Amino acid sequence: MVEKNIIAMLLAGGQGSRLHVLTEKVAKPAVPFGGKYRIIDFPLSNCVNSDIDTVGVLTQYQPLELNSYIGNGQPWDLDRNAGGVYVLPPYVKGKHGEWYSGTANAIYQNVGFVDQYSPKYVLILSGDHIYKMNYSKMLKRHIDMDADATIAVIEVPMQEASRFGIMNTDSAGRVQSFEEKPKRPKSNLASMGIYIFSWEKLKSYLKADFEDKASTNDFGHDVIPAMLAAGEKLVTHPFAGYWKDVGTIESLWQANMDLLETPPALDLYDPTWRIYSRNPIRPPHYIADGASVHGSIVTEGCDVFGEVRRSVLFSSVIIEKGATVIDSIIMPGAIIRAGARVVKSILAERVEIGPGAGVGEPPMLSETMDLTLPENDGITLIGEDTFVEAGAHIPAGRIVKAARVAAERSESAS
Amino acid sequence: MRKNAFGLVYTGESNLSLKDLTYSRSVAAVPFGGRYRAIDFTLSNLVNSGITNVGIIAQRNYHSLMDHLGSGKEWDLHRKRDGLFILPPFVTKDNTGLYRGTVDALKSCMGYIRRSSQRYCIFTGSHTIFNMSFDAMIERHIETGADITVLYNQEGEVYDQEEHFEDVRFVFDESGRAQMMEIDAFRPKSDLISMDTYIIEKTLLEYLVEECVTRGTYDFVRDILFKKLDTLKLMGFRYDGFVARLNSLTSYFRHTMQLLETDVRRDLFSEGSPVYTKVKDEVPAKYMEAAKATNSIVADGCVIEGEIENCVLFRGVHIAKGASVKNCIIMQNSEIMENASLQYVILDKSVIVKRDRRMIGHPSFPVIIRKNAVI
Repeated sequence: MVEKNIIAMLLAGGQGSRLHVLTEKVAKPAVPFGGKYRIIDFPLSNCVNSDIDTVGVLTQYQPLELNSYIGNGQPWDLDRNAGGVYVLPPYVKGKHGEWYSGTANAIYQNVGFVDQYSPKYVLILSGDHIYKMNYSKMLKRHIDMDADATIAVIEVPMQEASRFGIMNTDSAGRVQSFEEKPKRPKSNLASMGIYIFSWEKLKSYLKADFEDKASTNDFGHDVIPAMLAAGEKLVTHPFAGYWKDVGTIESLWQANMDLLETPPALDLYDPTWRIYSRNPIRPPHYIADGASVHGSIVTEGCDVFGEVRRSVLFSSVIIEKGATVIDSIIMPGAIIRAGARVVKSILAERVEIGPGAGVGEPPMLSETMDLTLPENDGITLIGEDTFVEAGAHIPAGRIVKAARVAAERSESAS
Repeated sequence: MRKNAFGLVYTGESNLSLKDLTYSRSVAAVPFGGRYRAIDFTLSNLVNSGITNVGIIAQRNYHSLMDHLGSGKEWDLHRKRDGLFILPPFVTKDNTGLYRGTVDALKSCMGYIRRSSQRYCIFTGSHTIFNMSFDAMIERHIETGADITVLYNQEGEVYDQEEHFEDVRFVFDESGRAQMMEIDAFRPKSDLISMDTYIIEKTLLEYLVEECVTRGTYDFVRDILFKKLDTLKLMGFRYDGFVARLNSLTSYFRHTMQLLETDVRRDLFSEGSPVYTKVKDEVPAKYMEAAKATNSIVADGCVIEGEIENCVLFRGVHIAKGASVKNCIIMQNSEIMENASLQYVILDKSVIVKRDRRMIGHPSFPVIIRKNAVI
């Protein structure tokens, strides 16, 4: 096997339960984002653009869609003779096999995969953030600092610091201590969940972590503290730029809306740092006579006959005549029939909104509410393949997953 | 399912009046429909019919074509068994380098034809655009015991003479066998026009080509079909869907504008038979607050701040604030700056129209601006 200096391991096993019905059938990294991407396109494209050509993708939750999306890695130029992208689900070893019990355990169970390439360094990534980052700069810092582990950090507002894993460092950037979600944060340097380890060093800690029955087998929770306690050299790699967790409905919605700003907070137009994705193979979109599209992004295969404002339309979305879509994210293949209104909503793949139906509008006063599902920040979420009948009404902030939502009973539980 | 047929695409059509569109590229590489090249449709038709062995006969200006085709992976034609073969001209004792005609070209790639293991050859040009599976046509060819089956459609309206330049027309009898043939007729008797797509058994093709070459003639249509109409069993296969022949600038313009009709678009881009092309990984198109877009086709990577109406925008086009673009075809990476105004204009790739410029053509005479021009 050809030796590699560095390979990446992408943790894509998370269920992403805070995305509710969006991740009922797909793993979080496969959730659509930004009109034509999926979340995993960002770390994968970052790898390729950073000259990392070997990536292991660790999956265990609902891997079908993610597997077929990654395929042979061709969209990211990761179909290689030496290296490339590999999907790594848990497997049975001898008499017993087990699920990945944590992020560190997932890597531990794939030591054999990593060892094939005898890398000096291993990059650990997660599949739930939207950002553009040059990992080769981080590797350079790791080498220059002669570190055992390098952790990418970003400055967050002090009042939000208690939501993150916070690194306390000396002036050279060497980590002194690490606190997971501290009540009284001493610094505002949040870990981005992106690590470079010297592989031999990491291997020994992964083994020790596996043997420690008290461990939760998590990088942030167990491995990093263990390395710190043992006096290993951990340094930070400061990152400045757009970085957004899209693990909740609100943050996913917001990150999509960020793309609509001028200039956008995240520049996807940079020809030297393309974000690659698997192409849906559809013709360019069509904006009809009488349609109006403002402050929105629209992609291939869409047909717009109605009105679209401040929204993100994924491929093959149809907005019929007289339909209105405002502040919303409409995922691939969804259809909004004539006269329907969709406001501040996320419609998952292949949702159909019947003629004259209303989604995400303020609740009508006469409505009797059956609050069996959690409400969120006013964003309405319709799960994939849901058919909302003509004239049905789904008030703001509801999460709906059903085969069919009838007009007379505009509420439906999943 | 794999078919017992291979595809052979002739891209050397030169008798076309596409003006500056074919200045630096062959007609096969002419951009069409917002993100495609003419040959994408031919290739996708072949691939969607289960044909995995395709030869492309390159002729003039084929750099742009080869760049577009690459290894053929976008069409699933990068294969160990068969796949995509680009056959450029080369000079040998038998070959003349530049082909004098289709038969001359076929003669030059006889090696490829002989090596192909399939029984039937689908021989096509590259300037006729449609979306159709060849399954039924192959079946009919076998059923009728035809020597050659030609694909045709009926063109009701005749536009101008230029548009019908070099048309090949047929009169068929009741069984569907061609009785009469007209090439570039002054007053045509038939409105059934060849779509430049033929099915012929490989061994017969080999024989006819050798015979033609021996006699010193070199055109498949004039020297084989036309001269041998009595002896060869030439059967017609009718196609009723959307057909666009890119044989003049006005027809190019008119057919592009037809794509704005939803029925035409659904015919040419039906979901079951996708049209494959080179992927560019562009960002989705962005419409700014001030944008005003109606009746237009817009590809990914476009940024629209101004007004567009009845337009086809290829990938990466930028329409600045205050610009007004109507009835135009704007190709890849062109930029229209503030307050410029265009009507009935075709901009080739990477053209820049500076602020306040005005250009107005006419449907019968669209203005064409060459690649990389700055206006």
